[in-house]
Amino acid sequence: MEYFLQQLINGITLGSIYGLIAIGYTMVYGIIGMINFAHGEIFMIGSFIALTVFLALAAIGVTFLPLVLLLMVIVAMVCTAAWGWTIERVAYRPLRGSFRLAPLITAIGMSIFLQNFVQITQGARVKPLPPQIQGGLILMNNPNGIVVQISWMQIIIIAMTIVLMAGFSLLISKTSLGRQQRACEQDRKMASLLGVNVDRTISLTFVIGASLAAVAGMMYLLYYGVIDFYIGFIAGVKAFTAAVLGGIGSLPGAMLGGLAIGLIETFWSGYFSVEYKDVAAFSILAIVLIFMPSGLLGRPEVEKV
Amino acid sequence: MAETNFPTATAYPEGAERLSEEQREAMRGEPPFAEAPPTDSRLVRALKEAGITAGLIAVLTVFFFAFKTDIAAGGLALTADPIQWIVWIAIAFVGRFVLSYLVFANDKPTVGGWKKITAATAGWPVGKVIGAILLLVALTLPFLLSTFLPSQNRYLLDLSILILTYVMLGWGLNIVVGLAGLLDLGYVAFYAVGAYSFALLATNFDLGFWVCLPMAGLFAALWGVMLGFPVLRLRGDYLAIVTLAFGEIIRVVLLNWANFTGGPNGILGIPKPTLFGLEFNRGAGSFSDFFGIPYSPIQRFIFLYYIILALALLTNFVTMRMRKLPVGRAWEALREDEIACRSLGINTVNVKLTAFATGAMFGGFAGSFFATRQGFISPESFTFIESAIILAIVVLGGLGSQLGVVIASVVMIGGIELLRNLTGLQAIFGAGFDPTEYRMLIFGLAMVLIMVWKPRGLVSTRSPSAIYKAKKKIGADLVAQGEGH
Repeated sequence: MEYFLQQLINGITLGSIYGLIAIGYTMVYGIIGMINFAHGEIFMIGSFIALTVFLALAAIGVTFLPLVLLLMVIVAMVCTAAWGWTIERVAYRPLRGSFRLAPLITAIGMSIFLQNFVQITQGARVKPLPPQIQGGLILMNNPNGIVVQISWMQIIIIAMTIVLMAGFSLLISKTSLGRQQRACEQDRKMASLLGVNVDRTISLTFVIGASLAAVAGMMYLLYYGVIDFYIGFIAGVKAFTAAVLGGIGSLPGAMLGGLAIGLIETFWSGYFSVEYKDVAAFSILAIVLIFMPSGLLGRPEVEKV
Repeated sequence: MAETNFPTATAYPEGAERLSEEQREAMRGEPPFAEAPPTDSRLVRALKEAGITAGLIAVLTVFFFAFKTDIAAGGLALTADPIQWIVWIAIAFVGRFVLSYLVFANDKPTVGGWKKITAATAGWPVGKVIGAILLLVALTLPFLLSTFLPSQNRYLLDLSILILTYVMLGWGLNIVVGLAGLLDLGYVAFYAVGAYSFALLATNFDLGFWVCLPMAGLFAALWGVMLGFPVLRLRGDYLAIVTLAFGEIIRVVLLNWANFTGGPNGILGIPKPTLFGLEFNRGAGSFSDFFGIPYSPIQRFIFLYYIILALALLTNFVTMRMRKLPVGRAWEALREDEIACRSLGINTVNVKLTAFATGAMFGGFAGSFFATRQGFISPESFTFIESAIILAIVVLGGLGSQLGVVIASVVMIGGIELLRNLTGLQAIFGAGFDPTEYRMLIFGLAMVLIMVWKPRGLVSTRSPSAIYKAKKKIGADLVAQGEGH
C-alpha cells in the first residue's frame, strides 16, 4: 500500500512533465495537422538553457533559490520560445500547403539538427546537477520503516503544472488569441477570410508550446538532476503518446494522457521491469491508436470523400 | 450564350499543369490581395531585416555559443566564449543583409532559366539515359577504382558498399512509402530482423550466408505482415508514429533479451560470404588459391560490392516488375485514394500487407548483408536515426522514383562522407576542428534545406505505370503521394 502510494506520487510528477510537453504536440497537431517531431528537442533545449542560466547565476553569486528558479523559468521560456518560433519559420512555414509528408521530413531533419547542435556546442557527456531542493513532506510513516514522502520538488512540479494549465486554459477559452487559435483549428481558410492572421496565430502556437516545453525541461532537470542531448527523443515520443491517448487536439486530453502515461510507466517500472518501461509506453501508443484512434477525449475523425 | 466546357484529360493545353503549379506557388502562404507598397528603400529594409535576424541569432545561441557547461572537478563549470557568439551574430547579420539586398529583393527570380531548361528536356528519356550510365559505372566501379585510384581503392570501395546498402534499403522502403503510400518510420526494424536472423542462424546452426539470406528475407517479411496487420486501419502520421514505436520496441527487446540476442554486446563472429564454397582468405581452398591468383584483401571487398549490387538490382528489378503486375497497380491506386480503391473492389488488406511484406523482405536481405559485411551486430546499429535516414533518402529522392533514391543516397551518404576529407578546414577553424563531428548536423540541415527547396524531391516527375490511351507526363504535384491513405 505504501509502495503503491509512493509510486502514485512519482507517477503524477512524471505525468505532469509529460503533460506539459504533450500540450505542444496537441496544439500544433490541432492547428496545422502535423506531428512536430522536433518538439522533444525543444524540451531538451529548454532544459539545457535552464542549466546554463543556473550556472551563470551561480557564477555571479546569485544564490537566493526562489529568485534563481524564477530567472531560470523566465529565461528558459523566452529563449526556448525563440527556438520554437524559428523552427516554425524556417522548417514548416515554407512547406505549408505542400503534401503531408514534407513537413514531417523537415521536422525529423530539424530534430536531428538540434540534437547534434546541442551535442557539439554543449558536449556529449551527461550533465549532472546536484539536487537543489531537498526534503519534503512525510505523508505516512510506517513502523516497518517504509516511508511515503512527497518531496518539495514534486510539490513544486505538480503545483506549477496546475498553475500553467489553468492559465493556459484561460488563454485558450477567454482571450482573443485563444479564439483565433480555435478558429484556425476549425478552418484555416475561413479564419483568414474573416481577418485572422493565420501565420501569426500558428507562430504563437509554436511559441506557447515551446515555452511550456521549456518549463517541463527545467523541471526535468531539477527533478532528475541529469540531462544530456538525447533526452528529447524518448520524452518526445512519450509525450506524443500522451497526446494521442488523451485525444489529439484536445488540451485537457493532453494533460490526462500525460498523467496516464506517467502513471503507467512508473507502475510498470515499480512492479514489472525497468528495462521494458519504454516498451510499455510504446505498446500503449500502438494499442490506443489501433483500437481507439480518437483517444480518450478527442473527437472522432470523419473521413469525407 | 454561355457554353459549359468540361475540361477533359485531352483538353488541357500543353504546359497547363505547369502554369497552375506556378500560380499555386505564387499564392502559397500569401494573402490573395496586394500588400501596401513598402515605404523604406531597399537598403534600409535589408538593414532592418539583417538586424532582426542578428538579434534572433543572438537570443537563440547565447546559451550555446557564449556560455557552455563543462564537467569540472566539483560538478559542472561554466565557460564563457563571447567571441564565438559575436562572430556568429556578425555572420548572421552580413549573410541576411546580402540575401535581402541582393537576392530576395530582386524582382526577377533567378530560377526562371532553370525552369525553361527542365521544360525543354521534358520530352527526353533523361531518366533512362542517366540510369543506364549509372548502371554501367556501378558494374565497372571496382575496376575503375583499382585503375585510377589505387591508393584509396579500399576506402572508396567500402564507401560504395555503404551507399549501395542505402540504395537497396531506399528501394525497399520505396515500395512501402513511395508506391503504396504507407508512411513507415520503423523500417529499421526489418533491417534488424534480417541482420539478427542471419547472425543467430549462422552462429547457432553454423549455416552460411547464402542459405540464410532467403531465410532472413522470409523472417523479415513475416515480421512485416505481423507488424503490418495491426496498423491496417491507421493512416498518415498515425501510421508513421506507430511504426516508429514498433521499431523502437524491437530495438529495446534486442537490447534487453540478453541470453537470446546477446544484449548490448551484440553478436560476434558472423561468417563472411563465400563464392560457391570458396572463402576470401589466405591458404588452401580459398578464392585466390582456386584461381591461382595472388591473394589480396581487396578481393573480398570486390566480392561484397558485387553481392550488394546484385541484391540492390534485384530489388529494383522486382519493384519495376511488380509495378506492372496487378498488385503493383493496386499499390499505386491505394496511394492515390483508399476509398476509391475499396469501392472498386480491391482488397486493401491484402494490398497493404503485400506492400509491407515485400518492403520488409528487401530490408531483411539488406540486414543480413549488413551483418555479414560487419561481422558483428548490436542494437546500436538499428536506432531510429537509421529509419530516418532511409526515409529521408526516399523522400528527398522523390517518392516513387527509383533513380531519385540512387541520387539521394549518393548525395546524402557520399556527401556526408566527404567531410572526412576536409581536413584542410583545420587551418581555418583551428587544430581542434574535427569535420566528422558535424556529419549528422549537416545531414539534418540538408534534410530541411532540400525539402524546403524541392518539396517533391530531387526527381519529382515520373510517368504512371498504367497508361490509358496515350502516355503523358504527370506533374508530381497532381498526385497525392504519401498522403498515407
